[in-house]
Amino acid sequence: MNWFQNWMLPKAAATHAGDVDGLYMFIVYLTIFFFFFNGALIFYAARKWKRRSDKEVTPHITHDTRLELIWSIIPLIVVMLIFFWGFKGYVKAWVAPNDSIEIVVTGKKWVWQFEYPDGTRTLNDLHVPLNKPVKLVMNSEDVIHSFYVPGFRLKRDVIPGRYTEMWFTATEPGVQQVFCAEYCGKGHSDMLARIFVDTPEQYEVFLREGDEQVRKMPLKDLGKLVYENKGCATCHSLDGTKGQGPTWKGIWGNVHKGTDGKDYPVDANYIRQSILMPQAMVVQGYEPIMPTFQGLLREREILGVVEYIKSLQ
Amino acid sequence: MAEALTTHGNANAAEHADYLDYPKGLLSWLTTVDHKRIGLMYMWSVMFFFFVGGMFALLIRIELLSPKHTIMTAEVYNRVFTLHGAIMTFLVIIPAIPAALGNFALPLLIGAKDVAFPRLNLTSLYVYWAGAVMAVVVLVMGGVDTGWTFYTPYSTTTGGGVTLMVMAAFVLGFSSIFTGVNFIATIHKLRAPGMGWFELPLFAWGMYSTALIQILATPVLGITLLLLVMERVLGVGIFDPQLGGDPVLFQHFFWFYSHPAVYIMILPAMAVISEVIPTFSKKTIFGYKAIAFSSVAIALLGFLVWAHHMFVAGMSLFAGAIFSFLTFFIAIPSAIKVFNWIATMWRGSISLDAPMQYAISFLLIFTIGGLTGLFLAALSTDVHLHDTYFVVSHFHYVMAGSNLIALLAGIHYWWPKMFGRMYNETLASIGCVLVFLGFNATFLPQFVLGSRGMPRRYYNYLPEFQSLHVASTIGSWLLAAGLFLILAYLLASLRKPKTAVANPWGGRTLEWEAMSPPTMHNFDGQPVLKHGPMTIAPTAPWWAWKKRHTERGRDLRDVSNEYSDTYH
Repeated sequence: MNWFQNWMLPKAAATHAGDVDGLYMFIVYLTIFFFFFNGALIFYAARKWKRRSDKEVTPHITHDTRLELIWSIIPLIVVMLIFFWGFKGYVKAWVAPNDSIEIVVTGKKWVWQFEYPDGTRTLNDLHVPLNKPVKLVMNSEDVIHSFYVPGFRLKRDVIPGRYTEMWFTATEPGVQQVFCAEYCGKGHSDMLARIFVDTPEQYEVFLREGDEQVRKMPLKDLGKLVYENKGCATCHSLDGTKGQGPTWKGIWGNVHKGTDGKDYPVDANYIRQSILMPQAMVVQGYEPIMPTFQGLLREREILGVVEYIKSLQ
Repeated sequence: MAEALTTHGNANAAEHADYLDYPKGLLSWLTTVDHKRIGLMYMWSVMFFFFVGGMFALLIRIELLSPKHTIMTAEVYNRVFTLHGAIMTFLVIIPAIPAALGNFALPLLIGAKDVAFPRLNLTSLYVYWAGAVMAVVVLVMGGVDTGWTFYTPYSTTTGGGVTLMVMAAFVLGFSSIFTGVNFIATIHKLRAPGMGWFELPLFAWGMYSTALIQILATPVLGITLLLLVMERVLGVGIFDPQLGGDPVLFQHFFWFYSHPAVYIMILPAMAVISEVIPTFSKKTIFGYKAIAFSSVAIALLGFLVWAHHMFVAGMSLFAGAIFSFLTFFIAIPSAIKVFNWIATMWRGSISLDAPMQYAISFLLIFTIGGLTGLFLAALSTDVHLHDTYFVVSHFHYVMAGSNLIALLAGIHYWWPKMFGRMYNETLASIGCVLVFLGFNATFLPQFVLGSRGMPRRYYNYLPEFQSLHVASTIGSWLLAAGLFLILAYLLASLRKPKTAVANPWGGRTLEWEAMSPPTMHNFDGQPVLKHGPMTIAPTAPWWAWKKRHTERGRDLRDVSNEYSDTYH
């Protein structure tokens, strides 16, 4: 029945996920069993005691204490078992080991920002070492969000005005998808992030020089990656439609009109300024809502965005 | 009816005309205090809003056929799912069974002329309409995008008609409270002579438990929503941390009502099923007291489990454990009921008429709805499944599937009593099967979606989720087809002559002793209970009459004579 579990659940990728999956599958089989058990009883009764004449007389049975006790106590035992099983898993996922790497997570409409112990910051990409406990200390800048990692079977609300915590030890190298699970408005379903589970060496290199894959990428492709993963796509379209911000299609070499009435030619310096100091000049017809990406993008990534916009003619 | 009048030469036409025909005119309906007419007006209103909410549901499903833009933008999508949830919860499911079927059937079932406070009853309908109009105004103004749960601080900071929508829910709460007060007083004071608490039909026990929750929990929702309005309008900091408030406090307040409200939705459904199954099994209900007490137990326990909606919301470990532990106890009375219903069918004389088909459909869907609740009551699995499509599917199985299908069972059961007409039974069977298949096709895929990590309230989604979304959308069309079919044959039946007999199903509760449709005062004289539902063999008559019944057949007059010494 492994295929069944693999179909229903994403691959377990953290230490305590197996326990959650065990309980999950137990209740799945319990549900399937009782559905068919009740269904069989009902259809058996409906066939066997189908009304054949309106004059039929039925036995007068009011209750049966023994039977009723049986079907009260057996479910009670089963649900208590489920309670303790679920409680055990919850406690395990509650207290982080003392040697955890602590990463600060900030949620805001509609991006995830990560800050590592050495001050490195990333946006929407979280790098963690394999087989090492990691503790996330989370806070929101605006409304409630929820940090959800299906592969780790973990979720915790990210709340303005208080810190919430979550910890895990990743056991599978590769990428884990992160969703925002608490409704937070327009960009809710695009408030995604990825967790890169690195080997210890990869993790060191990441902290020092950034993602290896990113370092080898052509600038244009890097710009596309930034567009997709750093939250640009939430507001800027590639097909000319108007979003929260201006589209990127065909703007290179054109002129943007600012709210101050002046014309600004779209060139490399213009794009650089828009990324690092978005409020310095806002295009007419748009609100000054773009957050700054100062410190969040490496120099090469900004160049990548310039090259990418250039290519969108 | 006319025939009866001439035969017996009764001078007082009003007393013997059926309640649908006399008095005539729209004004007489709008000013009526007759519980049956109020029940019917509630029923049509609920059906109308069910149609509106259902249209939103279909739009949601069509949008989710593909990731990103299919037919609407994210802003529109967020408004559509909010309105779907708010309309279905506050305008459809909460009033559906108590206010529509309960108003119609409860006084008849306990042998009363009307509810205890008929004018309050009419007031509750007008308050409902007032709340409904406010909701429609919000809809026309462009809607709200908070989700029906109005979570702060999103709801206190977003634009749109949130304040008016919240006030609409506030007003609708009063309609619910009025109905609850009325039912409690009615069950306490207006039971037929001889009808003790354990001779009450189980429908009344269900209504009583529901009314308890309506009265005790709804004021908390009212207070919470007022606080929300105060924060939005006056800037008083209660929930918004920027004003010094606590956003999680809102969740506690909100679920303190809204979790018991889930039982406002399911207890009436169980109440209907507890009437339908014995009638069509021609058998005494199995474990009367167990079912009656489990309704009350669910109502009371329902107040102690609200924070199981908040296991990932930053509560303490200890609080989480307590709420999870208590939540599991709700499973026991629910399981008892299901097994008692099945045991009622055992060795019965089972007739699979339309209401019984819907009741069986309820049993199967409620089994899934109830058992999938275990995933969400257990702490570790809830952390994974919370706020995903698994939750969406689970609560639709309970709130939509179970409640709606029980409502349909009740409508099909009492339809001949309401209108004196029968619907087409072949079409009713087809409708039942379509709804059952359509419902499961819509929501079974959502369990898998949620388990695989698809969060709820998502406009855009990863491509790997698409095939299950498409399956769910196709299921929703099947479900819609079934519901439209049901609406069509029910409406078509109203064109037929009133030929339904007083007791088409062989029911043994009092409403079947009244004519179909009943007269304005329900019974021609005060019925007196001779035996309770448990104390007598199934074929014997239950009822004696204080006043000699002039229009009935020989049987009842004989009964009346037989017991005349005792009751006259």
